[in-house]
Amino acid sequence: MATTAPSTPAAAHGAGDRPAPARADHRRLALALVLVVLALVAVTVASLAWGARQVDPGEVWRALVDPVAGNNDHSVVRNERVPRTLIGLVAGLALGASGALMQGVTRNPIADPGLLGVNAGASLAVLVAIAGLGISTTSGYVWFAFLGAAVAAVVVYGAAQVGWEGATPVKLALVGAAFTATATSVTTVILLTDRRALNEYRFWQVGSLSNRPLDVLVTLLPFVGVGLLLALASGRVLNALALGDDVARGLGQDVARGRALVVLAVVLLCGSAVSLVGPIAFVGLVVPHLARAVVGPDYRAIVLLSALLGPVLLLVADVVGRVVARPGEIEAGLVVAVVGAPVLVYLVRRSRTVAA
Amino acid sequence: MTAVDTAPPTAAPDDAAARLAAARSGLRVDRRRRRVRTSVVTSVLAVVAVALVVTALMLGDFPLAFRQVVDVLTGGGDDIARLVVVEFRGPRLVLAVLVGVALGVSGALFQSVLANPLASPDIIGVSQGASAAAVAALLLGGLTGLALSASALAGGLAVGLFLYAVAWRGGLAGHRFVLSGIGVAYACASVIGYVLTRSDVQEAQAALLWMTGSVAQADWPLVRLLGSTLAVLLPLVALVARPLQVLLLGDQQARALGLRPELVRAVVLGLGIALACAATAAAGPVAFVAFTAAPVARRLVGDGGLALVPSALVGLVLVLGADVVAQHVLPADMGVPVGVVTGAIGGPYLIWLMATLRARPA
Repeated sequence: MATTAPSTPAAAHGAGDRPAPARADHRRLALALVLVVLALVAVTVASLAWGARQVDPGEVWRALVDPVAGNNDHSVVRNERVPRTLIGLVAGLALGASGALMQGVTRNPIADPGLLGVNAGASLAVLVAIAGLGISTTSGYVWFAFLGAAVAAVVVYGAAQVGWEGATPVKLALVGAAFTATATSVTTVILLTDRRALNEYRFWQVGSLSNRPLDVLVTLLPFVGVGLLLALASGRVLNALALGDDVARGLGQDVARGRALVVLAVVLLCGSAVSLVGPIAFVGLVVPHLARAVVGPDYRAIVLLSALLGPVLLLVADVVGRVVARPGEIEAGLVVAVVGAPVLVYLVRRSRTVAA
Repeated sequence: MTAVDTAPPTAAPDDAAARLAAARSGLRVDRRRRRVRTSVVTSVLAVVAVALVVTALMLGDFPLAFRQVVDVLTGGGDDIARLVVVEFRGPRLVLAVLVGVALGVSGALFQSVLANPLASPDIIGVSQGASAAAVAALLLGGLTGLALSASALAGGLAVGLFLYAVAWRGGLAGHRFVLSGIGVAYACASVIGYVLTRSDVQEAQAALLWMTGSVAQADWPLVRLLGSTLAVLLPLVALVARPLQVLLLGDQQARALGLRPELVRAVVLGLGIALACAATAAAGPVAFVAFTAAPVARRLVGDGGLALVPSALVGLVLVLGADVVAQHVLPADMGVPVGVVTGAIGGPYLIWLMATLRARPA
């Protein structure tokens, strides 16, 4: 859309003879990006400064730039708050971006990033690690979660791809949900028969940012990076797909290849996120709706804004969880839906139509 | 669009008439073929359902012969066989049948009226509301039996009412309902997660068992309660089936045909919620039945219609078949609840169906 000449809206490009893909209003997008980055900085600071233990802001700053060995405040900030903030930033980014991709590729506004069975596959693999192999550290779970997520996505995409018409949005959604049901059944059998496994799994399953070692983040960073690049590059494909497969083909898109790349990005991002923080899907569900309400239906803008809004929501949830239940804390995975659901309901009530 | 498409008017008049006649007879044949296919699918499902009923009554610690079961069902049979069928196996069997029908119909109503294959009661909050209330009642209040069922019912209905309140704006808008529902679903799931991680692991396992869905707790009073609820709800569903079919054409067409789309949607969703709540209160949220019944039924029938009866039968076959497997195929001491098996059977079957389907699903 033209950024100049605001006085003649929709005059030149109102009635094109072919459907035009959605375009974002640049000025609105720039303003939104500035505000979201400011919010991101604010929640990052809050996440470093607030917690179960009260630490003076000056002391937090000294802990970051000039730590003193043996100082308890400094060690809390450096060893607990910094890692969980970084993990929240990366996981939130991955969840936000993959949620936007998932809603775009399935053309379904209630799709969440775990829809392809990624979360269920990761959960089952983690449970197998706990119950079958006796692994009980977070860093031990990571590769199982990632492997489970990847296997799930391959099975779901493969099953949706064969048969009539390839991986249509409806088939992807149904096969993904069917895989989730199957994996969840197996998970439930193990949990009902193995009480010790249930005892560990239930804490992993709610999703949390605490006690995640930083080396896990470092090993997963390349996957998130590649996934994010793919995500940012797929806005054009999603804009075309939003008009329907046939129109997208007519606009010169290779629908099958575009969809495969988007799914690959979802698996890299959501698989990394579930490995890092557990199966928190709600961030990816709600954030694209917020982004869409702000910047309209252009997926290039939605993906970008969702990737930045994801960490804002996840860190807000984490900080709230730390502050409301002092001296204990409530896991971010539990808080996020309680914080996010009212936002979603508000957006839904406000909107006239929802671009699916 | 192109010259080829506009060619027919230039053809000779008798040629056009012949073509019209051919098209009409083709339509007739097509319509007949569809009707035949629908009744074949429905009959096969009904036969499978009856076979499962008889099998479920035959198997158990005290095996009965086919003859004995048929005798009891037709009003005869010896005392022992009657005791086994009516008192021991009857309640569980009938509960499985009723739950399957209720969830199958509920899912079909939700998915068609909301025009979203993902929008079933177990995804958009009704099941989660019932579960959150039941888990809280079980772990915080120590309730069991009918009191537990009542709290599940209250939880599910509360979510339903909330969604109405949120989505209502001079009529019921489908997208508002779906999106608010999924928000509520996640919020309820958080409540469940909170309670589960803050309770004793043994209690957590009991709650997990309820949330999986089970028909093992069946007795005649519970069955009668659910049965009479369905006896009220299912005729109402039959009444709205035709308006709902019209609504599938789109709001404008429905309005042109004299319907009020918002009203039809509100009534249909109300019935779907009531059915799901009733079934969930009796047996827990039996996984995946409501979600999978309608997609499977519609792909088997393949005529693009509502397929309410086939959906009900698919739900019935899934729950009953899963319960037979849970009781008699898996090791008896595992005590696997039916909800585990519905997902384990229904999930792969739906995947297989999607992967092998040849014709375009309507």
